[in-house]
Amino acid sequence: MKKVYLVADNITSPLGATTAQNFEHLVNDVTGVRQHNDKAISDERFFASLFEKGYFQTDKCWTKFEHLVIASLTEILYGVDKNISDKKTVLIISTTKGNISLLETEEPSPELDARIALHTSAKKIARHFGFVNEPLVISHACISGLAAMITGMRLIQSGQYDHVVVAGADVISKFVLSGFQSFQAVSPGLCKPFDANRDGINLGEGAATVILSAEKTDGETIELASGAVSNDANHISGPSRTGEELYFAIDKTMKGAGLQAGDIDFISAHGTATIYNDEMEAKAVTLAGLQDVPLNSLKGFYGHTLGASGLIEAIVSAQSLKQNIIIPTKGFSKQGDANRVNVCSQLISKPLNSCLKIASGFGGCNAAIILTKSQQDIS
Amino acid sequence: METDIPGFLLSVYQHLGVKYPKFYKMDNLAKLGWLATEVLLKDFDKAKYQPTDIGVVLTNAGSSLDADKRYYESVQDIASPALFVYTLPNIVIGEICIRHHFKGENAFYIFDGFNADFVNNYVSILLETGQLQACICGWVEMAATGYKAVLFLVEKDKKENAILFDAAGIEKRFIAVGFNQR
Repeated sequence: MKKVYLVADNITSPLGATTAQNFEHLVNDVTGVRQHNDKAISDERFFASLFEKGYFQTDKCWTKFEHLVIASLTEILYGVDKNISDKKTVLIISTTKGNISLLETEEPSPELDARIALHTSAKKIARHFGFVNEPLVISHACISGLAAMITGMRLIQSGQYDHVVVAGADVISKFVLSGFQSFQAVSPGLCKPFDANRDGINLGEGAATVILSAEKTDGETIELASGAVSNDANHISGPSRTGEELYFAIDKTMKGAGLQAGDIDFISAHGTATIYNDEMEAKAVTLAGLQDVPLNSLKGFYGHTLGASGLIEAIVSAQSLKQNIIIPTKGFSKQGDANRVNVCSQLISKPLNSCLKIASGFGGCNAAIILTKSQQDIS
Repeated sequence: METDIPGFLLSVYQHLGVKYPKFYKMDNLAKLGWLATEVLLKDFDKAKYQPTDIGVVLTNAGSSLDADKRYYESVQDIASPALFVYTLPNIVIGEICIRHHFKGENAFYIFDGFNADFVNNYVSILLETGQLQACICGWVEMAATGYKAVLFLVEKDKKENAILFDAAGIEKRFIAVGFNQR
């Protein structure tokens, strides 16, 4: 099977406009999450990782969501020839709610419906950058980013495309925050992933892009070795009680990469800091025999960036492999009694080769991918 | 002419004669996809597969906009978690998976129209690479102007009366189904 490489990446978040800026902040324990008092989003004060007001704003041409995707794509494509207009290149966009904030500010009309539609954004953006193929949009709850990477990987492995540009973004507005608040799922302070006293999520804004390619670049390259998706078939808003289905995706992706539990150097968990998500993930990780492998959640730095989260966290994980540094779980301090996993609470520097990245979301969906240093580089 | 969509969905549900109380909680998109799958799988012998070998790949143009608008109306008063959960297009897949106990690969893609080439190509990859043995795929749309569901059951093993899964074939069948206007 064709190998698939991560040849370029970008993270555009409140922590910075490049992957390097973002990673530096993570290493220095800087978070984008802080308290906000914005009546347009919530009557009550709330903690979230948001861009400064006015940094990305809807204008006549582009929505805020589109500005975010464009910023991430522009940085990644700047000054490099990535064969954008090649017939063997395609753009995939990952988002959960895209332009939905327009419902809050615009008058209802059929034109508004068309403007909100994700295929409208995708086509505008693809044309703007000169992609020739029809872009794909995946909207699959909180696994959107990983599902988009897995889709891209399969399209390269099958030979249909040589390069797949995967970009994801989501914007936080009243629509999204009120929904999570209605579920009583938002933490009143900074979120505490995997902590015994965890009390809910923080939301976050962000965009990220990764270019997947069949062609390896010079120097050390990270490979997207495999990926798998599963469904709990249990409940639309609550995770599996056993973690069995996420475990199935983990097991399948490890087998796909030809790796065993002992080969995984760290796990980048979804770790939303809700009681049930983290517990389910811990169960799945334990079923896979990975309970002693260092595991982190980046939600304490970024909040939950929804359709961008899988991409942001996969890019940070790739950077961790390159720099041989595991980022600690900000917000975690006390291990609970049940379902103990090895939550990384301090920066770890050691040689790293392989990482498991997992995510789960509403609708009972689970996804897992394996990132590895390209074998040529290791040997 | 204005069609009563909830009334129509309910009458189909009653016509099928199944008892599934969760149906009443679903939004219109989930109901539509759920009902279409009930009909599609009438003679499907799922017992010959592992739950993880059966997947669902769906597409539409409007995502969950119908549910999004209903949810946002509730926000003016008291935000409803029961409505919010349906503001994701993949929830219809979740409902189908719960009903039929499917645990395999699932994905929801958005296109401005039915993309027969992509659906055919991607589902074929999932089957050929052994990710899945069977897949429910197609289009489920619940828009302000109307609704439409066209689903296919694709299996690796050829069955009697089965037709070849190719882009031209599913495109033709998609076009043959009208868009039911509200």
